Amino acid sequence: MTRSTASDRPRAVKKILIAEDEPNIVISLEFLLKEAGYEVAIARDGSQALKLAATLRPDLIVLDVMLPALNGFDVCRRIRGEVKDIKVLMLTARGRDSEVAKGMAAGADAYMTKPFATRELVSKVAELLATDD
Amino acid sequence: MLTAPLIVVTSFAYVGLLFAIAYYGDKRADAGRSIIANPYIYALSLAVYCTSWTFYGSVGRAATSGIGFLPIYLGPTLMAALWWYVMLKIIRISKQNRITSIADFIASRYGKSQMLGGLVTIIAVIGIIPYIALQLKAISNTFFIVLQYPEVVMPDKQSAPLFLGDNTFYIAMLLAAFTILFGTRHLDATERHEGLVAAVAFESVVKLLAFIAVGIFVTFSLYDGFDDIFSRAAQSVELNALLTFGGETGNYATWATLTFLSMAAIMFLPRQFQVTVVENVDERHLTKAIWLFPLYLLAINIFVLPIAFGGLLHFPGGTVDADTFVLTLPIVEGRPWLALFAFIGGLSAATGMVIVETIALSTMVCNDLVMPVLLRMKALRLTERRDLSGLLLGIRRGAIVLILMLGYLYFYLAGEAYALVSIGLISFSAVAQFAPAIIGGIFWKGGTRTAAVCGLAAGFLVWTYTLLLPSFAKSDWLPITFLSHGLFGTDLLRPQQLFGLSGLDDITHCLFWSMLVNIGCYVGISLVKGPSAAEHSQATVFVDALKHAAGAGSRFWRGSASVNDLLALLGRFLGPERAREEFVAYARGRGAKSPEALAADAGLVHHTESLLAGAIGSASARVMVASVVDEEPLDLDEVMNIIDEASQVLAYSRQLEQKSQELEAATNELRGANRRLQELDRLKDDFISTVTHELRTPLTSIRAFSEILNDNPQLEGEERAKFLGIVIKESERLTRLINQVLDLSKIESGNAEWHSTEIDMREVVEDSVAAVSQLFKDSNIELDVRMPNEVPPIVADRDRLMQVMLNLLSNAAKFCERPGGRVVVGLARDGSFLRVDVSDNGVGISQADQDVIFDKFRQVGDTLTQKPKGSGLGLAISRQIIDHFGGRLWVKSRLGEGSTFSFTVPLESPRPARIPAVLPEPGFGT
Repeated sequence: MTRSTASDRPRAVKKILIAEDEPNIVISLEFLLKEAGYEVAIARDGSQALKLAATLRPDLIVLDVMLPALNGFDVCRRIRGEVKDIKVLMLTARGRDSEVAKGMAAGADAYMTKPFATRELVSKVAELLATDD
Repeated sequence: MLTAPLIVVTSFAYVGLLFAIAYYGDKRADAGRSIIANPYIYALSLAVYCTSWTFYGSVGRAATSGIGFLPIYLGPTLMAALWWYVMLKIIRISKQNRITSIADFIASRYGKSQMLGGLVTIIAVIGIIPYIALQLKAISNTFFIVLQYPEVVMPDKQSAPLFLGDNTFYIAMLLAAFTILFGTRHLDATERHEGLVAAVAFESVVKLLAFIAVGIFVTFSLYDGFDDIFSRAAQSVELNALLTFGGETGNYATWATLTFLSMAAIMFLPRQFQVTVVENVDERHLTKAIWLFPLYLLAINIFVLPIAFGGLLHFPGGTVDADTFVLTLPIVEGRPWLALFAFIGGLSAATGMVIVETIALSTMVCNDLVMPVLLRMKALRLTERRDLSGLLLGIRRGAIVLILMLGYLYFYLAGEAYALVSIGLISFSAVAQFAPAIIGGIFWKGGTRTAAVCGLAAGFLVWTYTLLLPSFAKSDWLPITFLSHGLFGTDLLRPQQLFGLSGLDDITHCLFWSMLVNIGCYVGISLVKGPSAAEHSQATVFVDALKHAAGAGSRFWRGSASVNDLLALLGRFLGPERAREEFVAYARGRGAKSPEALAADAGLVHHTESLLAGAIGSASARVMVASVVDEEPLDLDEVMNIIDEASQVLAYSRQLEQKSQELEAATNELRGANRRLQELDRLKDDFISTVTHELRTPLTSIRAFSEILNDNPQLEGEERAKFLGIVIKESERLTRLINQVLDLSKIESGNAEWHSTEIDMREVVEDSVAAVSQLFKDSNIELDVRMPNEVPPIVADRDRLMQVMLNLLSNAAKFCERPGGRVVVGLARDGSFLRVDVSDNGVGISQADQDVIFDKFRQVGDTLTQKPKGSGLGLAISRQIIDHFGGRLWVKSRLGEGSTFSFTVPLESPRPARIPAVLPEPGFGT
């Protein structure tokens, strides 16, 4: 899968929530996902992410594990308990297998470690959203 | 007609016959064909009880007291009935314990006490001496009388000079010689003298026949039978009184006393003990002796009254001593051969008594008096001599001579004052003192050694005071006022009316007091203090003798010995050959080929002790055996050894315990170290994980933007510049982070370089403030520095202190209030430290956060808005640096009231570099 274009977009514009506390990473993710044609919202910490997930009803959340206030695992678990149809792509700077397993157990749909390849990230997001249809 | 040579030759011939019998008896015994192994010989040998006192004295007493002579024979007759209970037990005990004398018996009963054995021996010797004197007197007087045939002449009193001029002295010496020949030709382990017993039995027959011959002569030749004599006697008022109780002759107390005394005498006279117990071949013989012996007594007494009456009727007016009627009646009737026979009968009675008694006494003197003393005298080195049997025989022979000399002396000093019976009763009273200790000893386990010693000693003292000393006084050998006015003229202490007790004859009086103190002491002291372990074990052996099989004593032996030691020991007393024979016999009995094949077990040791006890007495035997075997009670060295061993074991166990404790401590230490290692490992993993995370974050931005820029060449200038700026900033952050991690790692591992010089802290503060002044100016933060004009110099690394200052200042700038930020820097001396405070007016730090901000990668900030800048290692590094200089870095803060970070640096030269922990802190690189 190559970079997403406007012609590839589904009928309704998909909404993606970025939950990440590192500003520069937020900037890069925002740029990449907007480029791919998604509608993007940003949460700076775990509780904000939960709040926005409930109000905005995004199709997908790019969720950092090391979030202030409420960590990514907890956010994921809570989202799974409330809004079932949200795809969760977890990002973490901790590369251990145990972390991956933990994320999957919390209900994540996919898991990527930092630093990530930008194309890979975008295609993973598209993949997750495509299966949704 | 009866010339002196004839009498002497006859006497010697008779004694020679006795000797021949004894010799034959010994030969038969050695050949294993005993001639005395039948109850009749045994019963006849018991008749050694009947001495010249009986032979002559009974008639004498009957002539003055009528039937008053009877108790002396009633007592033994009564006692014989009790033998089955008492004597059997004594025999059994004595055989089991190889007891050879009455002294041995008592000593053995009370814990094998040498002292007690000695005391009993002394009492026996002193007590018996009057009795021996009595025999000497009888022989001497009758010899004189029979020599006067056909006249009847009484011997003069005290006519002869002492010793060499006196026939009695020669008689004593001759008796000593005979006794030595009979009794001490060789040493026997069991002290049994079969030949002697045979001779004594023969003598018993002779004296009985002689007495009956005289009796028949008087009764049927002089008179017409018993009826004639008694009817004639009844016609005389004087004689009639003798046939009835009442009056002075029939005093019940006297009867009871005499009966009791003779009961004790038949048991405890040394010669009676010798023939009844020691010479007993088979305890079943006792059953016959129980009726044979009283029968003998009856036979020898049948003619006492007829002879007495005949004598009194024949010699009116008391011109002839009644004690001599047996001899004088045949003389006056012109029957020389009957007179000679009567003399031989009397001689027989006297010699039998003297020989057996003296042998018994000499055994006691040797075993219980002399040997214990000699063995104790180390200077004599007796315990090292190979063969002591010669010495033992020598001692016994000496004792025999001595005893007879003492008997002679008593005879010379006091013998004339009394009739035969009275002298005999003095001895009986002495021997009766043994009764409480022996009877109590075999029926009561509670009797103790001390009690026996006290009882015996007290009774003996009373006897000496109330009977022995008065007998000297009556012979004018002591002032007679002693009797009439008491000791020191005190009436209460009159020996024969002690404490005013009067109305009793002197024998009864003595018996009352002596038995009172004797039994009183024995029972009283025993009850006050019970028996010791040794006493108790012997008490059990004695009291329960009839319950146990033979060899019961071995139960009380524990220890070890060698067969050769025991054999050598036995050989010293019995002679090596004899000792070897005994051991060979013992070995054969045990199914062993030779003594060497024997185990020196308790049985052999006990056997050896028994054999030795026969030769030297049980108390001495015990001491001797104890000298070659290691037996209990242990000597001090052994006790010390055991204690040493025990304490060694204790020490080992203590060491072991200590080792085990040390081991446990080491294990705990190891476990602790392991836990710490695991903790450190976990910390290291955490650290690496954290560092990795911290590295990945900037790297993520760098990669992302690099790829974005690469993939989007169409990006316009402004956005492109922004993205490139991010890449550059994140790269710088990455570099800084790496540097700080390395720095921290170096400090923690002790590998950091320190360039300590003497520095002025004022300059450091000024320089650091200058370095951040632009930052503060840009952020509109007011910076106030307060420090004295001069502070003492410190020794530290200037760059490191700058690093700490810059870290604190940048933190202050980062967290102080915006706008209106204000930071105050203070420098002051604080005791022996310089102290720097950096205060901001920011949000402050919660108490919980204050504990963690110095940890690595722990950042506290307004996380809701923005992540604080910095790696999270600054404070951790700063604290390490200040620690290194020997100071302290801490924070004081309350939420909303700002924070004050302070550190101190000591004024003195810095303390030695921190000693690295056992394991270096985990960190990157080294």
